[in-house]
Amino acid sequence: MKSIWRVFRKEFGETLRERRSLITTLVVGPLLMPALIGVVLSFAIRHSGAPSSRPMSLAVAHAERAPQLMAFLAQYGVRIEAVHADRRQSRRRVERSHGPLLYVPRDFGARLASGKPAALRLYADESNRAVQGRVRRLRTLIGLYGGTIARLRLVARGLDPQLLTPIALHPIDVSTPQSRAALALGMLSYAILFTMLMSGLYIAIDATAGERERGSLEPLLTMPVRREHLVYGKMLAACAMMAISLVLTVAAFAFAMHHIGLDRLGMSVNFGPAVAAGIVLGCLPLIPAGAALMTLVASYTRSYREAQTYVGLVLLIPTLPLIFANIMGLQPRAALMAVPSLSQHFIIMSLLRAEPLPAPDIAISATVSLALGAVLMFLAGRLYRREKLLG
Amino acid sequence: MIEARGLTKRFGALTAVDGVTLRAADGRITGLLGPNGAGKSTTLRILYTVLAPDGGEAWIDGVSVVHEPLEARRRMGVLPHGAGLYPNLTARENIEYFGTLHGLSRAVRRARAAELIERLEMDTFADQPAKGFSQGQRVKTALARALVHQPRNVLLDEPTNGLDVMAVRTLRRLLGELRAEGHCILFSSHVMQEVAALCDEVIIIAAGTVIVQGTPDELRARAGTQSLEEAFVRLVGLEGEGARA
Repeated sequence: MKSIWRVFRKEFGETLRERRSLITTLVVGPLLMPALIGVVLSFAIRHSGAPSSRPMSLAVAHAERAPQLMAFLAQYGVRIEAVHADRRQSRRRVERSHGPLLYVPRDFGARLASGKPAALRLYADESNRAVQGRVRRLRTLIGLYGGTIARLRLVARGLDPQLLTPIALHPIDVSTPQSRAALALGMLSYAILFTMLMSGLYIAIDATAGERERGSLEPLLTMPVRREHLVYGKMLAACAMMAISLVLTVAAFAFAMHHIGLDRLGMSVNFGPAVAAGIVLGCLPLIPAGAALMTLVASYTRSYREAQTYVGLVLLIPTLPLIFANIMGLQPRAALMAVPSLSQHFIIMSLLRAEPLPAPDIAISATVSLALGAVLMFLAGRLYRREKLLG
Repeated sequence: MIEARGLTKRFGALTAVDGVTLRAADGRITGLLGPNGAGKSTTLRILYTVLAPDGGEAWIDGVSVVHEPLEARRRMGVLPHGAGLYPNLTARENIEYFGTLHGLSRAVRRARAAELIERLEMDTFADQPAKGFSQGQRVKTALARALVHQPRNVLLDEPTNGLDVMAVRTLRRLLGELRAEGHCILFSSHVMQEVAALCDEVIIIAAGTVIVQGTPDELRARAGTQSLEEAFVRLVGLEGEGARA
């Protein structure tokens, strides 16, 4: 056992001195991934958004011709910006600035009073996505205003306004703000797991294929240390690297999500320190399996480059269940919690959604992942006893 | 003391070592001499427990390399062919790491590393990362690393390969000192002059078999020539003819 610790200390210490591996572990993963996803998310926030909850401004020409409509719009969060323009000027203004403009014709009030359809002109460049949303909202609001007037007219004539509504559709949105956010954050668990595995890559390869290529493996094998203990020490060093990276990545994500302001989307993401700690604890049991898998594959390869190729491909294996889960919309259940990496994905998502999984499910995930890690580590130890290892 | 009896090693259809029996005594430098591909490295690899023999057995100070490899490893220092270092560790750290793996305490391995660094004239580069080392610096570091636990037996595979004259002289002087201290030294080489200059005992090996073992004088006498090189050629050649006959 002592010798495992000695090998671990040396491998870990040596990796800390290697700039390449440090950049992978501490920069690429924990900083780049959250930054990338943060940028994508905040872009999505700016361009979709839930328009009804936000104030919007609207340029109106001749607002004085429709004071009640203006009051109605203002009630619903529309900031009226009165402009002086005739029709031609209105069109030109919209072409230049892209913002929608509402033009109230001179006869608006008179036609409304006489019960005839009163026209309004809405100038807008609808090829612009942001403008589309505002136009849709204005249509809804003005339709609502018109509907109110129609109802009042029917009442004035002694008719029941319900005659106008033969069918009432009630869409019921059961998504909670958390679950809507979690959908947008679907890629988060993928990023966390991938980054975690990535950070063990360098050390797993260096300790096996790298050591053989440098010719330092043979002298190492003349040390009075059992061969499997050498590889256990190396794998533990990879595990330590992965654990550090995991903590950093999750912390960076928590920080990034906090600052993106997902609440502006009407989403509240549960990503406080407790959830971050839960994610780290949920993912930790997968680390030994990842480290052992990479070490096993790298041990079979003949050179550093070959190892990089194969281990890079192998890194995709743990991410496959996640992709399936997303495509097929899998929900957590006990049997699926026995699939390493998929179960970690479920744990992350459940924590973000604030819908805790049952304790037995989490226990299954941890047990199966750790057991797989133990088996793979044992196999890697066995592999190191083979003479062919020397190449 | 290193002893081997009937060592055999096969790689597929190729028999690399075929019944090698040899003995290297304490306080002597024994040279394993043979043409390329004769089985020198494979024999050494079996002796330093990296390969397991298919047949036969070997002992380091009476400890079986087959049955007690860990105990056997404690009793020897090994300089494998083209010994690689850890590029991010300094020469001193490379040496100390092997001390750690031998279970030496921090104080002991520090003292040993410092002593070897002085003895092998490594002061100028001892605290630089091994990344940019010359071949000579690498071999010196690897040698110091192999000696950090003060092994009774020292095995070296082609130690002078790629070394300049000064480094070879340092190495020779060190091996001489180790012999004087009573160590058992076994090294392989295909360079006649080197063996002639250093060895008390020569084992000539060809096609995986020991052809002859003896002092340089005995070999010369047996081949009936004054030159060791000539003796080598004759002995290897005679065996070849004998095998064909």
